[in-house]
Amino acid sequence: MRVRVIDSALDPWAEVSVYQQSKSKIAGRFGATSIFVGTLRDQNQGSAVSAMTLEHYPGMTEKYLTRVSEEAAGRWDIMDSLVVHRVGTMLPNDSIVVVAVWSAHRDDAFKACRYIIDELKTRAPFWKKETVEGGERWVSADWG
Amino acid sequence: MSISVKYFASVCDLVGKAEDAVDCGDIRTANDVWVRTTSAVMPPNTLVAINQEHARGGDRVRDGDEVAFLPPVTGG
Repeated sequence: MRVRVIDSALDPWAEVSVYQQSKSKIAGRFGATSIFVGTLRDQNQGSAVSAMTLEHYPGMTEKYLTRVSEEAAGRWDIMDSLVVHRVGTMLPNDSIVVVAVWSAHRDDAFKACRYIIDELKTRAPFWKKETVEGGERWVSADWG
Repeated sequence: MSISVKYFASVCDLVGKAEDAVDCGDIRTANDVWVRTTSAVMPPNTLVAINQEHARGGDRVRDGDEVAFLPPVTGG
């Protein structure tokens, strides 16, 4: 299990590939890998978005990413998981987050992956500030 | 010893500072920390963390604690 917060460009496919290759113990054992990638859109709430800055609470963020990953491992039969979340300033089409889960069968992989990203969005201390025409605005949690 | 205080995102903008410190004195709760360190009205949806754990405004704080005030989170 690994969680990581990075302040540079995130290549989700490279992250998953490199991590999977490093986990030789699960090679040949997993039959399902579920991957969620969150990507910055160029519009939100009716406004064109030209950039976004993600702030976080160092320390508490990693603690909660680890906690939700451990909770997923306790609830479903999974072999490993990876969460990489970007912070700092990014542009539309940039990847924001990747969650990957490895398990024997797809049902556990799907459910654990869904749980991790859903819990991350409600508990991990990240905040998005969008750059839109006319200035910047904090993204509201109510916007989903 | 004292209580270290952190304010994040829109809460930081509201209070005009990212960090503060306050002597424990007669402070009992996280809400007391807010009142002691800022004149701003706490937005109703503000979250509280004590020692990097989600908590409630009425929860007890002690000397050496780290208390943070956070807007609702929007990661992912």
